[in-house]
Amino acid sequence: MSGPNTDYDPVEVTPLKAEQVDEMREAALAAIAAAADLDALKQVRIDHTGDRSPLALANREIGALPPQARKDAGQRIGQTRGAVNQALAARQAVLEAEHEERMLVEETVDVSLPTTRARRGGRHPITLQSELIADLFVAMGYEVAEGPVVEAEWLNFDALNLGPDHPARSMQDTFWTEPAENHVVLRTQTSPVQARTMLTRKPPIYVVCPGRVFRTDEYDATHSPMFHQVEGLVVDEGITMAHLKGTLDHFASQLFGDGITTRFRPSYFPFTEPSAEVDVLCFVCRNVEPASCRTCRGEGWIEWGGCGVVNPRVLTACGVDPSVYSGFAFGMGIDRSFMFRHNLEDLRPLFEGDVRFASSFGTEI
Amino acid sequence: MKAPLSWILEHVDVPAGTTTEHLTDRLTLTGLKLEAVVSPGRDITGPLVIGRVLTMEPEPQKNGKTINWCTVDVGDANGTGEPQGIVCGAHNFEPGDLVATVLPGGVLPGGFEIGARKTYGHMSAGMICSSRELGLGDDHDGIIVLPADAGEPGDDVRPVLGLDEETIEFEINPDRAYALSIRGIAREVLVSVEGASDFRDPTDRTPPAPNDEGHPVVVEDAEGCPVFVARRVTGFDPTAATPDHIVQRITAAGMRPISLAVDVTNYVMLETGRPIHGYDADKVQGAIVVRRARDGERLTTLDGTDRALDPADLVVTDDSGIIGLGGVMGGETTEMSDTTTSILVEAAHWDAVSMYRTGRRHKITSEAGKRNERGVDPTICEAAADRVVELLVEHGGGTADAGVTVVGTPPAMPVIEVAGDLAARVSGMEISEERSIECLRAVGCEVSGSGTLTVTPPPWRPDLTDPQDLTEEVIRLVGYDHVPSVLPTPPSGRGLTRSQQLRRRIGRTLAGDGFVEVVTFPFVGTTDLDDLGLPADDPRRDLLRLSNPLSAEAPFMTTTLLPGVLRTAGRNVGHGNADLAIFEIGTVTLPRHSGPAAILPVDRRPSDDEFAALDAALPAQPLRLALVAAGDAASAGWWGPARPVTWSDAVEAIRSVAAAIGLEVKASSADLAPWHPGRCAELSVDGQVVGHAGELHPTVCQAFGLPKRTVAAEVDLDLLIERAVHLRPAPAFSSYPVAKEDVALVVDASVPAADVEAALREGAGELLESIRLFDVYTGDQVGEGKKSLAYALRFRAPDRTLKEGEAAAARDAAVALATERTGAVQRA
Ligand SMILES: [Zn+2]
Repeated sequence: MSGPNTDYDPVEVTPLKAEQVDEMREAALAAIAAAADLDALKQVRIDHTGDRSPLALANREIGALPPQARKDAGQRIGQTRGAVNQALAARQAVLEAEHEERMLVEETVDVSLPTTRARRGGRHPITLQSELIADLFVAMGYEVAEGPVVEAEWLNFDALNLGPDHPARSMQDTFWTEPAENHVVLRTQTSPVQARTMLTRKPPIYVVCPGRVFRTDEYDATHSPMFHQVEGLVVDEGITMAHLKGTLDHFASQLFGDGITTRFRPSYFPFTEPSAEVDVLCFVCRNVEPASCRTCRGEGWIEWGGCGVVNPRVLTACGVDPSVYSGFAFGMGIDRSFMFRHNLEDLRPLFEGDVRFASSFGTEI
Repeated sequence: MKAPLSWILEHVDVPAGTTTEHLTDRLTLTGLKLEAVVSPGRDITGPLVIGRVLTMEPEPQKNGKTINWCTVDVGDANGTGEPQGIVCGAHNFEPGDLVATVLPGGVLPGGFEIGARKTYGHMSAGMICSSRELGLGDDHDGIIVLPADAGEPGDDVRPVLGLDEETIEFEINPDRAYALSIRGIAREVLVSVEGASDFRDPTDRTPPAPNDEGHPVVVEDAEGCPVFVARRVTGFDPTAATPDHIVQRITAAGMRPISLAVDVTNYVMLETGRPIHGYDADKVQGAIVVRRARDGERLTTLDGTDRALDPADLVVTDDSGIIGLGGVMGGETTEMSDTTTSILVEAAHWDAVSMYRTGRRHKITSEAGKRNERGVDPTICEAAADRVVELLVEHGGGTADAGVTVVGTPPAMPVIEVAGDLAARVSGMEISEERSIECLRAVGCEVSGSGTLTVTPPPWRPDLTDPQDLTEEVIRLVGYDHVPSVLPTPPSGRGLTRSQQLRRRIGRTLAGDGFVEVVTFPFVGTTDLDDLGLPADDPRRDLLRLSNPLSAEAPFMTTTLLPGVLRTAGRNVGHGNADLAIFEIGTVTLPRHSGPAAILPVDRRPSDDEFAALDAALPAQPLRLALVAAGDAASAGWWGPARPVTWSDAVEAIRSVAAAIGLEVKASSADLAPWHPGRCAELSVDGQVVGHAGELHPTVCQAFGLPKRTVAAEVDLDLLIERAVHLRPAPAFSSYPVAKEDVALVVDASVPAADVEAALREGAGELLESIRLFDVYTGDQVGEGKKSLAYALRFRAPDRTLKEGEAAAARDAAVALATERTGAVQRA
């Protein structure tokens, strides 16, 4: 840029006339207001504020003015440019907001579209039921004991006070393995785990043993050669039937709901004496007008399992001194508990593995 | 045991107004569980009354039949007192007879509703009933004509016909064999129902004294047969009919009426619990000898089966040889028939264990055997025989022989010492010694002493042998419903074991990865292993065989979970669940061929060595995980195309399981059935092979009905879990900048990528933060038999920014080692 030309003779410079500057301003503001989108505004910016815009050209001519006129013109042009830039910025903000809003509208998707690409997995409801039961007892301080399903005959029968000629052995439809003289069976109950527990740890013993058991039952809607049981065993000083009742009442209320209690009926199991059948109060009708109840079939109570005070003979065979310790044991069908808890009338879906069955339970029940 | 209520109440009184429901509730609470109450008239409702036939007009019909137009006096039962007009097709009655008449509004079995209807030109208002119409039997030759003293017209006919007789079915536990009799049940009513009284014991009779004039009997095995009573009835009328009440009662009890002689022995067995056998006395030759069978002896029993006897079987013999399997079933040669006029009645007490063994050995279940093997009162043989003789004489017109043979004496009952407070200590209830004694006496025990009670159980309770047995008697009579509910206080527990926690975690991981858990039976047959394509010498063919499998096709315990999950997968595919992923966690059975698991004594704890030997004799039963996937892993949709399952999904599922418990799995190529020989990975952790995964062999897919390219894996979870990382140190992160280097290496196609990566890792040294294979290329650009592996390497130092060229140098060192180890050439 050249320096001020002080010798310059003041003459009128047309573009710097006030009216013309006003025209420029009006033209620029009109164009800004008319710019419909950001691209149009960009062009308006070039046209009205760019290097070749009338305002820029006019600005360049300020230098040609005599000093006194220069001040006026400079002020006029400066104000005009300021106003135009302000208008541009305002318009820019408006158009940007509009643009963003339009983009958001254009990007709208149908959120109801299916999103499941991969299969849903699930754990088996019997696994979940077993864990739920185990957790109820773990919360009480019990531990979870385990043992093999292919088991020594002695542990499945003899140690549990089921001698070789005990009539109750014929009640247990046992799978025997070959050769017979090896005395190995598929466990008919989870009770051998109780015997194992007593043989391997010292009282006090508080354990539950969930697991698979086998009976030679033909497979139908209510029988299966393999099913699941949970047994509990407590051996401690001063254990009574009252503790058994208290424990099962607590178990029942945890599994089936507040206020659900149990009822004992005398029964017979070789490993317990006294022995009892346990019925649980029907959690659907609660024995209030049970006649029409499908869950308990009008009984008001549901057969749940067996229990009793551990027979001192069993304690002796398992190395626990019956003059010091006493205990109780109980056993329930896990499949059966699941069936009436979840209103399943035919047990076969449990073992047929149709993925639609187990996946419907997800990972917890 | 099915027991007609009237029969029970013949032997015990209950307070007036005691309902059947109350009675059975009480019995259930003391140990005789109600199964069902049945009554022949339960399906009949409405007016069913005695009618007296006033007139009957035979009216021949066009169809050849003749009907009778009757008027019947039904008293006031029809509301008018006027005679009822009824059309009847039967002819076996005449005016004056009393008949069973159902009036309009009644409903007969089968939902047959009776109304007044126009028929054969008359308005017939009701029906005269036959036995069959009332559900009482098949007899429909005519209507029922009631005895003249049955009652007055208009009276309810149900009691007359026994239609309101209720039969109670009880579930009898093995320790309550005495309740397999009316005698035992009546006794239970006495002790269970408040106010019950006057128990009348059917064996409380005075049989004639034994003498030497009876049939000669020699018992050679007094342990097997402690008591043998023989009586004889002669001049018996073999055509005599069994009285109705006996037929009704044994039918109600579930036994089939056969002939008077047989029915009477069954009747007395039901009444007293003592099985009785009747011989045709004329067919018995000479003295009866009771002994054990000898090797090679045979007997054709009453059921027509020719049986080879075991030397442990107790037999009854005469001069002709063996005539019966003692206490279990008689023989054919001395069977009573419709010409039998002389009956030899046997009431013997047999050793229960021997009965149980013989019954099991010969697979005979009979009402007699059921009682003998559970234990019968040994003191009632004479009384029971006498009762049979009495009934035979009364109903069959015979004469009782004066001869009475009684061999042996009933074994004595054990004397049990029990602490007077044991019932209280066992039950947690306040039960005084006095109450205990009272209860024990109520069930028939003799009790003396105090503090320590000396108790002799009654002879019908062979199950009472231990102090604990006696406490059960006391507690059940005090009432199980009075046992208080008290929670014990366990010591602080340790929660789930680590192994139990990890198993749950593994299950959840698989479910999270889209696998659905299944539970299958562990039974397999050789077909299953053939379908897996296992070679003849595959160790998985070494199977534990079941002696009594449910199916001859699957007689073994499986050594692999694969057949179960593959069958299940095939079934799913059959059900249209084509895109599927399933898993199973369970044990398999691997025989150890280590000899027998001893039958140890039970009167002491086995030694640690004995217990260890027991375990060692069992097959190994490792916990396995098997999984199968088929179809699409991710389905096609608006987002894009499907991603089909590949071999890598099986490997990745196991890697994911291992990662969940802190382990890293190494995969190397293997060739093992049932996998595709080129797509099978052997999986190992810390150098230990834990299982295999990959794509199944096409023929295996076909055999199990699975689509091609189905993938599977099986791993040993015990091996994984025992290696699980327990306490993992927290990682340290560097926050200095990362330097990235990519390399592409060309190697022979046979070189495992895992080897190349291992060499790169080692060669890159400590600065390497991570390495990732991002591309595998085969094709023209690398040439035949080659592949290109492209890796992204990230370098970072824990304590500084890497210097210029440091990462590149590390990269070059990595490549150099890969070249040395695997022949890798860096692609330009
Ligand atoms: Zn209910």
